Formats: sequence, structure tokens, C-alpha cells
Amino acid sequence: MPTLRVVLAEDSVLLRDGLAGLLARFGHEVVAAVGDGDGLREAVAEHEPDVVVTDVRMPPGFRDEGLRTALELRRRRPGLPVLVLSQYVETRYATELLNAGDGTHLGYLLKDRIGHVTEFVDALNRVVDGGTVVDPEVVRQMLRRHRDPLAALTAREREVLALVAEGRSNLAIATELTVAEASVAKHIRNILQKLGLPQTEETHRRVLAVLTFLRS
Amino acid sequence: MRTAEVPRSGTYLLANAVAGLLTLLVSVLLLAAGGVLAVVVVGLPLLAGLALIGLPVAAIERQLQRLIDARPLPHRHRVPPEPGLASWLRTRYTEPGTWRELGFAALLMTVLWPVDLLAVVLGVTVPLALLATPVLFGTLGDGEQVNVLKAYPVTSWSQAFLSFAAGVVAAVACAFGLVLLARMRAAVARAVLLPRRDLDQTVVELTRSRVRLVDAFEAERSRIERDLHDGAQQRLVALTVILGLARLDAEARLRPDARLKADGCREADARMDDGGGSDADVPVDADGRLEPDGRLEADGRLEADDRIEADRLLAEQLGRAHDEAGRALVELRELIRGIHPAVLNDFGLEAAFADLADRCPVPVDVEFAVPQRFSAAIESAAYFVVAEALANLAKHSGAARGAITGGYAAGTLTVEIGDDGCGGADIESGTGLLGLADRVSVVGGRLSLSSPPGGPTRLIVEIPCRPFG
Repeated sequence: MPTLRVVLAEDSVLLRDGLAGLLARFGHEVVAAVGDGDGLREAVAEHEPDVVVTDVRMPPGFRDEGLRTALELRRRRPGLPVLVLSQYVETRYATELLNAGDGTHLGYLLKDRIGHVTEFVDALNRVVDGGTVVDPEVVRQMLRRHRDPLAALTAREREVLALVAEGRSNLAIATELTVAEASVAKHIRNILQKLGLPQTEETHRRVLAVLTFLRS
Repeated sequence: MRTAEVPRSGTYLLANAVAGLLTLLVSVLLLAAGGVLAVVVVGLPLLAGLALIGLPVAAIERQLQRLIDARPLPHRHRVPPEPGLASWLRTRYTEPGTWRELGFAALLMTVLWPVDLLAVVLGVTVPLALLATPVLFGTLGDGEQVNVLKAYPVTSWSQAFLSFAAGVVAAVACAFGLVLLARMRAAVARAVLLPRRDLDQTVVELTRSRVRLVDAFEAERSRIERDLHDGAQQRLVALTVILGLARLDAEARLRPDARLKADGCREADARMDDGGGSDADVPVDADGRLEPDGRLEADGRLEADDRIEADRLLAEQLGRAHDEAGRALVELRELIRGIHPAVLNDFGLEAAFADLADRCPVPVDVEFAVPQRFSAAIESAAYFVVAEALANLAKHSGAARGAITGGYAAGTLTVEIGDDGCGGADIESGTGLLGLADRVSVVGGRLSLSSPPGGPTRLIVEIPCRPFG
């Protein structure tokens, strides 16, 4: 494991010292430890580090200065490895970061992860090696947004939708499932409603539903 | 009633009579001049100025009331927002106080002043005339005849003194009458000039104080959030780092290769002890330290096993402490988010709603596009309504799907939270919505709920506002 030259931006002295100690313990060198965005910018310009580790929230505004500075550094030096530490599980912060450049050499970790020291150091190495690291908790949150559109359907409704996708008519489906044709129509109405398909021409919605089914 | 009140009441009524008469004269003059000159436009401002005649009249009334009423009669005029005549006129013509005072002026010049004057004249002249009868009888009437109040003749001294006695009674009665009338007069003026204890003013003041409270509340929330975030949370993270490192150390000691190394050292130590002990010139002591090699090595191994056991225990406890600190960190993070979500602060309502929808166990569609930012109180009110609505949706509605829609148009921020659940939600039924309705109303907005039994439920927030920047 090669020695990494790290620039560290974290306004809490306690945590900054903790991180510096942690990195030293794994043989890395903290070439500069700063407490705000301006300091981070200067330190990166001066030391040309192998990797930048920064907190999201920093002075003077105590909002997302760290994230903003990280994005700015990436714009100026694409490919600069940046690991952002955050207390926010909200996916918006991670998305902002991951959209910077080609998305490689980036990491967004919850501060909780620092305590899992080997995981943390491993993540740091992966970021330096060109990887993209996102905190598992944040990934979970992101996945929740892109929910399976079919998740809301009942088993029977899925069955019906599968048969619709095979191109069968309502009557054919009713025969196949040995139910009344009217209840098939009702299932299809429910499916269209659950998939959030707008009430336009029936045939068109049916195709959209099938497309949704095939995509998932 | 005190006797001092009698002359004061008289003065009050007399001054009012004069003031009323003057008002009438001025008004008639202005009306006539304005009416005539209206043809050449100059008259119009005169007529418009007539509307302001209540201002000096009310000012005089306020001064005069101090004669007979210790309670202050404050004016209810607003301070013009800018200096200058135009601003002053705009303020005066648009406030209710001006029109109330005009009404009082009209009442004064049509009804009040003749009554005042008549009362004073009669109240003073009648008793005086009666009291003066004996004197007049003796002087002007030459002891033969005098006409009292030009109404009835007095022809004897006894009649004259009877009239005097009637004068005393009349004086007392008129004094009472004047004071009573003055009080009624003052009450009428007060009622016209200060109606309903100035309810609208009170409402404005109350609203302002509510807004101040909400602002203070909002500021306090962000302060608590900041303190927790920059204090407790950072310390806890630092603690997990220390515990994490300690755990690493403890586990390293338990690894087989490390233990082997440690055992090797111990064995070497033991051998050195043993070597020293086996020297022939060292006497064998009673403790049996120089027992055969085998037993000593067994002791050493026993001791080493104890140490490994202790290490394992320590590692275990460190691990537990580490995990516990991690859980505390998660809980603290959720707590801080609940107090004041950073994403709302940093990215606004759109991102914050998307985040709320993500967290809701029921799928929620978000069609809310509002790139603008609003004041913290407004954003926070809207946010917490949506948060509460989604919590209710997940807990009580039985809905399969929810939706957040809305936008900003024509000066109104609208957010609608809908679901396809069972309905029957009630804003009063302690769901937390009532408090939110209050918060929304403080920022001038409205919260409306439609939730018939059987659903669907729709909760709508409308807040008139202007975006930032």
C-alpha cells in the first residue's frame, strides 16, 4: 500500500486530529489539515495531494461549503481524487458530487463510516485508484427512489400483466386464468392506475404498461 | 359626583357647542366654495379636504375630554410610511380612523352642538334667574312686581323668596343634569372615535407577535441543529474513530500470527528464567520455582491462555462499545434531520420533498417543480406539513400510492399531498395537523383538508409569498 499524500478539510479540531491519526496509523501522510473551503483550495494548490478528504459542512456558512469546494476543485482538476465526508444521508448531496466530471475518483461517505477504520481506509484507496465509492446507507436511499414500478402490483395483477404482454386479449386472459372477463378488465384498470398511466386512449396505456413490465 | 365636576362639565359642553358651531360654519363655507368652484376644478380639492374636517374636530374633542375623563382617548392614526404630504394624505384617506372622525364631526355639527348649547344656556340661566328674583324684586321691581324668566310675575316678597328657594333646587338639579349630559356626551364621542376597543389594531399586533414567535422558534431550531451537528455529532464520530482503532489493535493481538509471536516471546522469557534458575549455585527455594521444565512451561501456557482470554474479552467489549456508538450516531443523525433538515436549507423545497418521498414506505410520486427559494419560515412550514402528511399517509391511510404536486404561480406557493387511501382524516383529531395549520396561518397561508370516508385524501397548503432574491 503506497503512502498517500492527503489534504484534509474538517472544521472540528477533534475529528481532524482523529482523522490525521487514523491516516498516519495506516502509513499515509496528511500534508495539510485545514478548517474551511478557502483553506482547502489553497492547500490543494500548494501541495498537489494524491487525494482530498473533505467535510460537507464547513465555515463560514456551515452549509455545504465543503461539497461546493470539492466540486470546484474537480472542475479545475478533473480526476483529482476527492472523498467527501458527510452526515447527510439525503441523496441530493451525493448526486451533486457524483455528477462532477466522469464520476470516477470520487467518494461520498457518511461520517459513521470513519469509525469502521479499515472500511474507511479501503474506500480511500479505491477512490485514489479511480473508483467511485458511495456509502451503503446512501445507496439504499437512492435505490428506494428508483423503486420497481411493479412493486405495487399484486401477484394476480402481475400475472395478468404478463399475459397482456404476451399480446392476449381480455377474453383469452380470462380463459387462461379461469376468471370472468369483467374481473380481468378490473385488474387491468388497477394495473394502469398503479403504474400511474394517464387516462388517455385505452390501447396506448396498455402498451405503456407492457413496456413498463418488459423494462423491469 | 364632585362639585369640581360641575364647572368642568359646563366648560366641556360650552366649548363643544362653540366647536360644533364653528365646524358647521367652516363645513358650510367649504361645501359652498367647493361646490361653486368645482366647475373650475379648484373646488374639488376643497371638497376632498372637507373629508378631513374630522381630524381637527377629533383633536379638539380629545383635548376637551381631559376636562371630565381621566382615561386617555388616544387617536388611531397610522404613521405615514414616508415623509411628505402625498404619503400623509394617502395614509389618512385609507385608514378607518379618518372616516370615523368625519362621522363624529357630522354628528357634532348636526345634533350635538345645539343640545350642548341649549343645555348650558338653560342650565345656567334658569337657576340664576330664580336665585336673583329677590334682588331683582327689590331693585328693578321696586318691591312691586318682577317677571321671573319672563314667564310668571312675582308680586310679593314671599313669592320672591319662594322663587329663590326654587332657584337653589334648580341649581342643584341643573348641576346634576349638566354633569350627566357631559358624561353621556363624552361617552358618545368615545364610542364613535374608539369603536370595538380597536379590534383590528389588536389583531394586527397579535399577528405580528405570532410571526415573531414563529421566527424565534425557527431560529432556535436551527441553533439546536447546529449545536448538535457541530458538537455532539462530531464528538461521537471522533469517539467511534478511537474505538475503531482500539478494536483494530485488540483484534490484531488475537490474530494467530500475532499470538504466535507473543507466545514465542513468552516462551523465550520463560526459557531465560528457566536458564537462570538451573544454575547450580542458586539454592532451591521452598516455592519450588525450580521445578522441572515441563511444569513451568505448562504454567506459562496457562498464563498465556489467560491473557488471550482477557484480550478476547477486551476486544469483545470494545466491539460492543464501537457498535453502540455507531447506533447512537445513526439515532442522532435522524434526530437532527427531524429538527431541521439540512437538505431543505441547502437545496430548497424541491429536493427536500424528493427526500421525504424517498423515505416514505408508501411509493410517493413527486411532481413539484419550484426552483425558487422562500423565507425560512415559509419553507419550513411547507416542509413540515408534507412531512406530517406523509407520516399520516404511511401510518393511517392504507394507501397504495401517494403524490406530492404543486408549484408557485401568481404569488402563491401551493403544495398538495394526495393519496388513494381510505380517507376519514380529520384536521382536529390530534394528528399533528392542527399545529401545522397554525404554523401555516402564521405565515399568512391556508391549510385545507378533504378526506371523505372511503377516500381519497387531499391536503392542500397555499401560502401567498414572494420568492427570495
